[in-house]
Amino acid sequence: MTQSVEKLNRRSFLKVTALAGGGLLLSFNWLSGCKPKELEELGLPKEWFRLNGYIKIGENGLVTLMSPNPEGGQNVKSSMPMIVAEELDADWTKVVVEQAPLDTDNFTRQFIGGSQAIRMGWKALRTAGATARQLLIHAAAQTWQVPAAEVTTEPGYLIHSASGKKAHFGEMASLAATLPVPEEVPLKEISEFKLIGKSHKNVEAKNIITGKPLFGIDYKKEGMLIAMIIHPPAHGMRLKSFDDSAARNLPGITDIFQIKSHQDDYERTFFDTTSFTDLVAIVGKSTWEVMNAKKAVKVEWEGFSTYEEKRDWNGRKENRTIPGGLESWEDQMAKMGEAAKKAKTVRKDGNPEAAFAKAAKVIEQTYRGPFLAHNCMEPMNFFAHVQEGKAACAGPLQKPELTEQALSSRLGIPIENIQIEMTRLGGGYGRRSYSHWLIEAAVISQKVNAPIKLIYSREDDMTGGIYRPMYQATYRAALDKDNNLIGFHVNAGGLVEPPLYPDRFPAGAVENYWAEDWTIPSNITVGSFRAPRSNFIAAAEQSFLDEVAEAAGKDPIEFRLELLRKAKENPVGENNDYDPDRFIGVLELLKVKSNWGQPQAGVSRGVSAYFCHNSYAAQVLDLKMENGQVQVEKVFSAVDCGLLINPDSAKNLCEGSVVDGIGTAMFGELKFNQGVPDKNNFDKYRMIRMKEAPKEIETHFVESQVDPTGLGEPGYPPVFAALANALYQATGKRFYDQPFAKQLEG
Amino acid sequence: MAIFNLNINGTSKQVDVDPSTPMLWVLRDHLDLVGTKFGCGIAQCGACTIHLDGNAVRSCQLPVSAGEGASITTIEGLSEKGDHPVQQAWLEHDVPQCGYCQAGQIMSAAALLAANPNPSDTDIDNAMNGNICRCGTYTRIKAAIKTAAQKL
Repeated sequence: MTQSVEKLNRRSFLKVTALAGGGLLLSFNWLSGCKPKELEELGLPKEWFRLNGYIKIGENGLVTLMSPNPEGGQNVKSSMPMIVAEELDADWTKVVVEQAPLDTDNFTRQFIGGSQAIRMGWKALRTAGATARQLLIHAAAQTWQVPAAEVTTEPGYLIHSASGKKAHFGEMASLAATLPVPEEVPLKEISEFKLIGKSHKNVEAKNIITGKPLFGIDYKKEGMLIAMIIHPPAHGMRLKSFDDSAARNLPGITDIFQIKSHQDDYERTFFDTTSFTDLVAIVGKSTWEVMNAKKAVKVEWEGFSTYEEKRDWNGRKENRTIPGGLESWEDQMAKMGEAAKKAKTVRKDGNPEAAFAKAAKVIEQTYRGPFLAHNCMEPMNFFAHVQEGKAACAGPLQKPELTEQALSSRLGIPIENIQIEMTRLGGGYGRRSYSHWLIEAAVISQKVNAPIKLIYSREDDMTGGIYRPMYQATYRAALDKDNNLIGFHVNAGGLVEPPLYPDRFPAGAVENYWAEDWTIPSNITVGSFRAPRSNFIAAAEQSFLDEVAEAAGKDPIEFRLELLRKAKENPVGENNDYDPDRFIGVLELLKVKSNWGQPQAGVSRGVSAYFCHNSYAAQVLDLKMENGQVQVEKVFSAVDCGLLINPDSAKNLCEGSVVDGIGTAMFGELKFNQGVPDKNNFDKYRMIRMKEAPKEIETHFVESQVDPTGLGEPGYPPVFAALANALYQATGKRFYDQPFAKQLEG
Repeated sequence: MAIFNLNINGTSKQVDVDPSTPMLWVLRDHLDLVGTKFGCGIAQCGACTIHLDGNAVRSCQLPVSAGEGASITTIEGLSEKGDHPVQQAWLEHDVPQCGYCQAGQIMSAAALLAANPNPSDTDIDNAMNGNICRCGTYTRIKAAIKTAAQKL
């Protein structure tokens, strides 16, 4: 039985480019890596047959699956190939996974961000597997002289029941590779899935726990030099001059010079954000020598005047004003207060003014979130070897496909002559959606005419910009005398972007709804940060709804459900950007799993729910206060991300979201004083540590056959408010400003 | 520059480096042992944890000169086949997400269990306090340490 037929209209299945090779890579991993017994016994094939960009099959039956997207910890390197293997009907114990290089001819959307890898890759991955399976079936039919319709598969094998013939995939691979690609292929029914929906271990786990070179920072090439940069100490400053006389003769140092990463008039696309384009580069033989020389370079900085930067936001052209001057926290706070008065309306339903005028009760609160640094554990780095007319680069990058144009333009080398190898990312969280360090590395390599690896120190990384923006949101709610929510107003903005999604809940659930936003220009660069905007607005909105529910004398879950039922049965306005049924689904599941309504002595509970990245997540957080210290006892998560691919791996991501969310809400903060970040390393920037993590996390998924949706981010935004609401229960105080630890510590 | 004789993972190694060079960079740049990770450079994150005579130390703060005469173990030498009970427990619990901090976490955990085969939750929290995981895998790390303790 087949559920659907997928027409092939993408050239990716018809053509294989040379770049997609990688046999050598496999051989290398094969020799050095640790592998399961089944693979050890099978050994390396003598010959590979490529069926399409995703799949190679050896004559011995070993299957290599290319994982198209970079891996940053979401485990797409296991789950994406699992989807291909499912439709191929491969034997998972005889599959090896290879990271594909950036190759836009053979793969689509080779990037991670917005929790979209699985959602957007779903069809292409399934089709890749199904196509190859059809080729194998036709090869078997031809070989056995039987009708193709009579050939079936079981994992790794082709079977013709009537004649009793059976062959493993490897026996048919060489013929299959020569057959014409079918124009359309059947896909499996969900009920036929053997791999999808069952937990499979991380394919890279053994290499990780044995310390194999997987990350960009581990990359090494013959003759490679080490490079570091010096960037301005303050945002709002730029390089004036430098004196390297005390550094250039230090041992191991080969070169010190000035670089420019982007030309001033370059029209930057979405992910070309760069804080500092003029830098001092130090190149030498070893990291420690370069680090020491870096300290010995004397640099003079100067302020700059307001200027305009050309941007192209997915086709929308803008000259963005970058103000001069050195910014400080207090001024930024004052500016937010002023800007909020000049907000622009982005959605209005009904007559909010009238609703507030006749309200029996009005609740109003303001929430703030500071700048945040991503703090990926692997500091920014990239390898580059630029030669006449060509470049080979390797490193950790979330969106190589969207940032290679800037590199090509800067080097004056066409994209087709630039190779980008994607190494494992030691964390991304949005920081590695940008690629200025790749360009810096390439420009340095071009200058010294040698392969180099650029490494940022932790300080370079943390003070280098592209932060989670600083945000503020003011909410007002109007209740009538029967405690019905009759009016809702949000005014939100930030430096340099607003956090608002005006069409999300509770839009659609309130008759009189008003959303306004505003922005403040700044020379402090901002960018994607795990669940952009949602990571703040969910905290604010879900804390506020808790307070409104209390004012209305309603249970916080029942209050949300009441609104969601209204949005379902009688939605207000248009373009409401969520499915009330799925939202209700996670809250109902959460109620059951968390034993909602059954208080435990000494335990304070908070609840929160949010929709983002096409998925729904809700959490109940239980905490105890012990000697003024918060101990999170347990967090229950209920998540609807559609069809689950790899359940235990999905749980791991949700658990991480909870821990990361608690840590950010409690401790995350970066402030500026005269343009200088107040924290530059982990002695000052407090990260959550094991003892502060919940003792227990339980994750439950809504059973669903809907095509899979995002998971890397959706579990993160709701945690902040679940914590704030539990802290309120424990302390009697509301937590409006992040980080919460400041208020707790007084 | 000076010559240092080191005993790393049971093998004698000789390096010619500046005496102030941290063991982290000796391992990574000069001995191709890149399993030990650079995270902060100031002993705050634990990514660079190695064993010095069996004790967990941050190799970013250990000058190469202080390593002479000691027995040094890195993640690459924790076990011959990647089957130290802590490593096995890590696989069983499928701990890693991005994986960058995990070598340091494993080295801290292995040192803890060598000294205290039956640690309490508080013992684990204290021993692992110096290791940051930005992905938030702490609950799995703790569960894996308990599993490893049972097997030891």
